[in-house]
Amino acid sequence: MTKHDIVIIGAGPAGLAAAIAAYNAGVKDIVIIERDKEAGGILNQCIHNGFGLHRFGEELTGPEYAAKYIDMLNNTDIKLLLGTMVVSIDGKIVSMVSEADGFCQIEAKAIILAMGCRERNRGPIFVPGGRGRGVFTAGAAQRYLNINGYLVGKRVVILGSGDIGLIMARRMTLEGAKVLAVAEIMPFTNGLARNVAQCLEDYDIPLYLSHTVTNVIGKNRLEGIVISEVDENRKPIPGTEKRFECDTLLLSVGLVPENEITRSAGIEIDPRTNGAIVGEDMQTGESGIFACGNVLHVHDLVDYVSAESERAGINAAKYVLSGCVGSVGNATYIQNGTDVSYTVPQRIEIENIEKSVDIFFRVRRKIDSCRINVVSEGEVIASFKREFVAPGEMQKITLPRLLLDKALGDITVSVAEIAEE
Amino acid sequence: MYDIVIIGGGVCGAAIAMYLSKYELNCCVLEKENDIAAGTTKANSGIIHAGYDPEPDTLMARLNVRGNELTEELCANLGIPFRKVGSMVIAFNSKDEEHLRNLYERGIANGVRGMELLDKEELLRREPNLNPEVTGALYAPSAGVVNPWRLCISMAETAAENGVEFYLDSQVVGIEKIPLGFVVTTVDGKKYETKYIINAAGLYADMVADLVGARDFEIFPSKGQYYLLDKTSAWLVNSVIFQCPTEKGKGVLVAPTAEGNIIVGPNAEKGNSRDDVSTTREGLEFVAEQANRTTLKIDYRENIRSFAGLRANSDKPDFIIGESALCRHFINVAGIKSPGLSSATAIGEYLIEILSDCGLIMYEKHDWRYAKPIVCFAELSNEEKAEICKKNPKYGNIICRCNTVTEGEILEALESHIKPRTLDGIKRRTGSVMGRCQGGFCGEKIHGIICKYYGIKPEEVLWDRQTSYIVAERVGEQK
Repeated sequence: MTKHDIVIIGAGPAGLAAAIAAYNAGVKDIVIIERDKEAGGILNQCIHNGFGLHRFGEELTGPEYAAKYIDMLNNTDIKLLLGTMVVSIDGKIVSMVSEADGFCQIEAKAIILAMGCRERNRGPIFVPGGRGRGVFTAGAAQRYLNINGYLVGKRVVILGSGDIGLIMARRMTLEGAKVLAVAEIMPFTNGLARNVAQCLEDYDIPLYLSHTVTNVIGKNRLEGIVISEVDENRKPIPGTEKRFECDTLLLSVGLVPENEITRSAGIEIDPRTNGAIVGEDMQTGESGIFACGNVLHVHDLVDYVSAESERAGINAAKYVLSGCVGSVGNATYIQNGTDVSYTVPQRIEIENIEKSVDIFFRVRRKIDSCRINVVSEGEVIASFKREFVAPGEMQKITLPRLLLDKALGDITVSVAEIAEE
Repeated sequence: MYDIVIIGGGVCGAAIAMYLSKYELNCCVLEKENDIAAGTTKANSGIIHAGYDPEPDTLMARLNVRGNELTEELCANLGIPFRKVGSMVIAFNSKDEEHLRNLYERGIANGVRGMELLDKEELLRREPNLNPEVTGALYAPSAGVVNPWRLCISMAETAAENGVEFYLDSQVVGIEKIPLGFVVTTVDGKKYETKYIINAAGLYADMVADLVGARDFEIFPSKGQYYLLDKTSAWLVNSVIFQCPTEKGKGVLVAPTAEGNIIVGPNAEKGNSRDDVSTTREGLEFVAEQANRTTLKIDYRENIRSFAGLRANSDKPDFIIGESALCRHFINVAGIKSPGLSSATAIGEYLIEILSDCGLIMYEKHDWRYAKPIVCFAELSNEEKAEICKKNPKYGNIICRCNTVTEGEILEALESHIKPRTLDGIKRRTGSVMGRCQGGFCGEKIHGIICKYYGIKPEEVLWDRQTSYIVAERVGEQK
């Protein structure tokens, strides 16, 4: 068994940003463990542009964005273990295997979880129908196309209007496939507005809102798909069926943080985010284990992942440099009020906050004009006006220490619609 | 000339082949699909029943109870998991409780050991997540769960290890009687001369019997739909939970699987199709509604796969096992409905008796042995993991991240006697693709390993059945 100060699991955007931030904060003995053959994570297959506007002020492709961090990494002596899979975490001992080194263990002073997320597939959304093959998650089809150079099919229907699905509608069209339809069960799209315009409208790909797939036809390979309109309870309306002859169904129906290792390490998971419960320093319930990026909660933009992960890296470095002392403050929990589905962090230690803390959250529904209220013991301690909020766009409020000191107990974040005058 | 041709490479065909392989006989198995375990065997509940359900003095009763004993022992020898989790039939009222007492009596008559009638308190102590309206249960400790396709494949591998030949993509299209036996013709035009035929053709057994003019039974497929929940739901139940039959249905169970997932289902839909394995919204909603009587705690967002399977029900109340009354040396193993999986091993054993009664002379082999199981990396200790990676670094390359399956295991599967050529073939031998990502991550990697191993193009790799290609075409090439 070897010993290192910080072990980071995952060399995607979260792991890379955390590593570099921790390094710059003064901890030099850092190891990143990556299961793939190269660093960069999912960015490597995202060859479209649109990354980095916030972080670097320019539009980059996924691999370009990753390359910026990989270049920074190459200027450090952070150790990167590629083709290596973590199989378990037990206390601060990380067990892993690789073709190069076999089974190995590292004892770490601090661990940063940055494993990312995976796509929701057919199981949890109950697409009924035959066993005909050709149902792929959009990301899997993206990997076959952008990494391996193969189209999974020639006639495609896409279920779900998440960004990966929209991007793949354009991508497969450009490579000669016919994308017949995108069906979205909600009355609005989940993807960014620019992706709807640039990936569907520009290519005349029809978008069916309030529609879902109600049958998959085919015994060997897919032969067709039936979509139906749904009512306000998302139940299919009989008589609204439309059939498409196609060989492929892509699913772009959401992402789920990949926390199997986190769970096996006994770290408490928030059922709202499917990620660990963390404090303002990105530390989980286990002292010295931090989490950041999509393993913690699913982000809209990689730029936000990088920012969050830098906080995790800096705080992990602080933890190591201060002699690995667990925090001693009193935790204040952040509750979800009206129309708030989750917050990150879920708890804060006010004594540890220097100037202010950023609270990230998602709302439950689209609201045009509203106030975000922060309440403690019945007292509004802060209130923020927003012109528009939607579930697909992560919200952020910044709470200054001065206001937090007024909190007498746990605090609640809620959304209040401003009635039109 | 073969001594015996077995038609059908499902769990019954495989069990029979394994038992026959213990003797100096010339045997082969003809399978219609491109892999064994591809019909009823690949989609069912995976339960090894205790044996209180069948009417006493039936083949089903005898073979179920014997099969239960044999399967446990055999799984240990084959190196595959058999989890003896026990089963509960739960009651909600006095009518149900009467049914439990009847089952208990039947179990005693059938020779089932260790059954107990539990009161509500004891039941909820053992199964705290059940619907609190339960009033009691029949507990049978000998019931267990297996992975049906691994049982089938391991038995077939053992048969092949000991000389039985397996021919895939070999649908039987003709059987001709000749003076000393039969000539069996397969779809590819090959002919197999044999003294005996064992008809273990599952859903197609009546059609195969028809080929020799011995169709004195009919198969009526009955479809059942299921949910398979992620391992994160494993806390739900400790044992196989059945309900008493009602007018709305019978047999929706909630059970752990051999791999540690939870299975919920099936319903029962009569239909004429022998290959309709599609799921329906109505069918799955019915299963959920029924299962919600057992426990209200199922989180269907944890569903990783819904699927349907077909039971090979027949027009006879019992299994149809024995020499056909209409054709000498043509032996049916047909209408193997529930508890077919539980009985399969005992059916294999029983066939030796039947063949002997038919006049076949058999000499036991001295060098018979079990096929070596594929390593299960995930279950090795840290020391064993380190050791096996040192011997072969391919065990250090994890391909399936949900179930921790390594390239080493996949290469072992490719080196089997009965070679898998499809993604599902690898899945059924290694447990990859079976996790929560359902191949989203590992499918592409296994696709690459199959291409490399067989030296074929990516477009040629199949997911499972013929024409179920994975990728359609290469991009960026001049056309």
